[in-house]
Amino acid sequence: MGLFGNLFSKEPKKEKLEEGLEKTKTSLFTKLSKAVAGKSKVDDEVLDELEEILITADVGLDTTVKIIDRIEERVARDKYLGTAELNDILREEIADLLQGETQADFKAFDASHKPYVIMVVGVNGVGKTTTIGKLAHKFKQAGLKVVLGAADTFRAAAVDQLTIWSERVDVPIVKQAMGSDPASVAYDSLQSALSQEADVLIIDTAGRLHNKVNLMNELGKIKRVMQKLVPDAPHEVLLVLDASTGQNALEQAKQFTKTTEVTALALTKLDGTAKGGVAIGISDQLQIPVKYIGVGEQMEDLQIFNKRAFVDSLFGE
Amino acid sequence: MFDSLQDKLDKAFHVLKGHGQISEVNVAETLKEIRRALVDADVSFKIAKQFTNEVKEKALGQEVLTSLKPGQVLTKVVHDQMVDLMGGTAAELNLEGKPAVILMAGLQGSGKTTHSGKLANYLKRKKSRKVLLVAGDVYRPAAIDQLKVVGEQVGVEVYTEEDNKNPVAIAQNALKHAKENGFNTVIIDTAGRLAIDEQMMSEIRNVHSAVKPDETLFVVDAMTGQDAVNTAKAFNDVLDYEGVILTKLDGDTRGGAALTVRTVVNKPIKFIGTGEKMEALDVFHPSRMADRILGMGDVVSLVERAQEQFDEEEARKVQKKIAKNKFDFDDFLGQIKQIKKMGNVKDLMGMIPGMGKMMKNVDIDDDAFKGVEAIIQSMTPEERGNPKLINGSRRRRIAKGAGKDVKEVNQLLKQFGEMSKMMKMMQGGGAKKMAQMMKGAGGMPPGMR
Ligand SMILES: Nc1nc2c(ncn2[C@@H]2O[C@H](COP(=O)(O)OP(=O)(O)OP(=O)(O)O)[C@@H](O)[C@H]2O)c(=O)[nH]1
Ligand SMILES: [Mg+2]
Repeated sequence: MGLFGNLFSKEPKKEKLEEGLEKTKTSLFTKLSKAVAGKSKVDDEVLDELEEILITADVGLDTTVKIIDRIEERVARDKYLGTAELNDILREEIADLLQGETQADFKAFDASHKPYVIMVVGVNGVGKTTTIGKLAHKFKQAGLKVVLGAADTFRAAAVDQLTIWSERVDVPIVKQAMGSDPASVAYDSLQSALSQEADVLIIDTAGRLHNKVNLMNELGKIKRVMQKLVPDAPHEVLLVLDASTGQNALEQAKQFTKTTEVTALALTKLDGTAKGGVAIGISDQLQIPVKYIGVGEQMEDLQIFNKRAFVDSLFGE
Repeated sequence: MFDSLQDKLDKAFHVLKGHGQISEVNVAETLKEIRRALVDADVSFKIAKQFTNEVKEKALGQEVLTSLKPGQVLTKVVHDQMVDLMGGTAAELNLEGKPAVILMAGLQGSGKTTHSGKLANYLKRKKSRKVLLVAGDVYRPAAIDQLKVVGEQVGVEVYTEEDNKNPVAIAQNALKHAKENGFNTVIIDTAGRLAIDEQMMSEIRNVHSAVKPDETLFVVDAMTGQDAVNTAKAFNDVLDYEGVILTKLDGDTRGGAALTVRTVVNKPIKFIGTGEKMEALDVFHPSRMADRILGMGDVVSLVERAQEQFDEEEARKVQKKIAKNKFDFDDFLGQIKQIKKMGNVKDLMGMIPGMGKMMKNVDIDDDAFKGVEAIIQSMTPEERGNPKLINGSRRRRIAKGAGKDVKEVNQLLKQFGEMSKMMKMMQGGGAKKMAQMMKGAGGMPPGMR
C-alpha cells in the first residue's frame, strides 16, 4: 500500500479495491526489472503489460505511447539498470509529465491578491460544488477568511446546495435568486469579498458541457465582469474533472482552457475504482498542474495533489 | 477530436490496399488500429480486445469488391458486430406493477435526479401515467430540493420526508402513499454511490428488496472511461438491473462506455440523455451509437450504398483511365451520375474518412452539380474527350451555351485539372492526400461551396 495508504482516509474501501485488482499488475515492476536488467531493450511482453495497465487507468493511447517511448529511451541509454532503479525510472517518467510542484499546504497561493479569487468550472456533475465546500473548509482551517459566490443560478437547487455547504463550513455566501445573471452574482460576490476583506473568494458556476458555445461564452462574461472590479481576477480558474471520465476529459480541458484559461485542475472521486489517468495527458499537453484531489463526500475529503502517490495508485499500490 | 481515428483508419486502409480478400495477414494491422480506436473511444481495454477478435472471425475470407478497400469492408464488419452487441430487441419499460416501480441507481453525478425528472415527464406525457417522484437521496446537500424543483418543472408530485434519513423507509412509505392516492407509477431517485462502498451498496440492495421494482435503471455518464466495466458490473451484481440510461450524450464524447456496459452486463440501454431540459430524453439507436464510437463519417452506409449501386464495370473503366491520366469530362459526367445515384452529395462526402470535418463547414445543396453539368453539356464531344482543346473562344462559347460566366468555365477547367490529379492520388494514397490537395486547390469544384 505504501504511500497510497497514507493518502486516503477511507482505508477499508481501498482494501477492497486492491483485492479486486489483478495479481499480475502488482508484479509488473518485478517483471519489468527482470526484463531489462543489464539489457538495452525492454521485452515486448512487458511493454504490452505496461500498456494495458496505463490504458486501463485511462491514461489514453497517446500519453501511454509517450511514456513507453521515454522508458525505452532511458533503458537504451542507461543499460546497467537494476531493479530498484528501474522502479524509480518508470515512476519518474510518468511523474515528470505532471506539471507543477506539490504544494506545501492549502495556504500556498499568492496572498498578495486580496481576495484571491478562484472560479470553479467544469462539466455537469463532476463535483464542483462539493469541491468548493471542501476547499472552503480547508482554507478556513488554515486561518483564512473565505467567501462563497453562488453563480450557479441554473441547476435546480444549486444555490441551496452551496448554501448548505456554507453553513456546514460556516463561511459567508453571496447569492441571488435562481435564474438571475451569474455574472451579476459573481460581481456582487467580489464586491462583498472586497468589503469584508476576505482572503479567498470561491465562485461556483453551473456545470456545462464544453461543446456548448453559448454556455462557454457565459463563463467568459463572468470573468470579464469581475475584472471590472479587480483587473487580474480570477486569479485561479479551477477546472474540476471527474476521475471516472475517460478520454473526453482532454477535450473538456482544452475547451475550458480556451474560454477561461484554466490554471489548475481538481480531480474528484478518487475514492472510487477509477484512476483518473487522463489527468497525466492533460497536465502534460496543456501545462496545467493538478492541485487537489477529492476522495469522498465529506468536507475533510480533499487533499493536495501528490504526484508520486498518484503515480503509485495507477499501479494499484 | 475525431481526426486521429480517421487518420488511423486511413493508414489502416492503406495497409490493406491491394489485397482482394481479407486474410489473416492483411487484417492484423487494421484490427490493431480498430482496437486502438475503440480504446481511444473509452471502450474497455479487455472488451476492445475481445471485440476485435470476434470481428476477425467474421471478416476472414470475405471478398472485397474492387470499388471498395478491404479496410472499408472490415469497418463495416466492425460496425455490424457492434450494432449486434448493443442492439437486440427494442427495450420498452415494464410498467406492469400496480403501481409500477422504477428505481434509479448509479454513481455520484451521473444524472439520476435529472433523469428521474425526464422519465416522469416522458411517462406522464407519452404514456399518460400518473407518476410519483420519490426523493430517496438523503445525503447530498439540497438533493431533495433539486428533485422538488424538477418535479415542479414537469408537473409531477414529489414525495419527500425531510427528516427521515432512512431511504428504505422512505421508499416503502412512498409506495403506500402512491397506492392510497391512485398513482400508477413510482420513480425512486437515490443518492449517488460508489460501487465499492459496501455500506451504501447494501443500502440500495435493501431499498430494492423492499419495493421490488419493475425496472431498476442503472444511470451512467456517457463520458465514463475504463472504470465503466467495474461499475456496471458491481451495480449489476447487487441489483441485477433491467436496463441502462446513458446520460450527457449531448457532449462530444465518443461514448465507448455504451459498448463496455452493454457487453459486460448484457442489459439493454433503454434511454439516452441529450441535454439538461426535461424533454431531452431519447430512445437508444445502436447504429448511431456505433457510428459515434467508431468516430467516423458513416463509412458503413457508404460501403453499403456503394455495394448496392456501384457499377463495377464502369468503375474499373474509370480507374484505368485515371491511372493513364486519360480522365476526361465524359468520365467526370459519368462520375457525377454515379454519385447522384448514391444519394445526397454532402452525406456522401461526409462518409469518406478524413473528409467529414472538412465538409462540415461547406454548404452543398442537392443541386450541387447542376452548374457543372450544364457547362460540360455545353462542350462538344471533342472538347469533352480532350479538355486541352478548350481555348479562349471555346470557353466563351461554352459559357454562353450553359448560361454561365466565362469565369465559371475557367474555374471548372482549372479545378478539373486539379481533380484529375487528385483522383490519381486517391488511387495511390487515400483520402488524406486528397484532403490536402483540396485545401491546396482552394476548395471544391464549382457549385460545391
Ligand atoms: N465519492 C465522491 N463523491 C463526490 C466527490 N466529489 C463530489 N462527489 C459527489 O458527486 C455528486 C455531484 O457533485 P456536485 O458537487 O453536486 O457536482 P457539480 O459539479 O457541482 O454538479 P453540477 O453543479 O450539477 O454540475 C454529489 O453527489 C457529490 O457528493 C468525491 O471526491 N468523491
Ligand atoms: Mg454544482
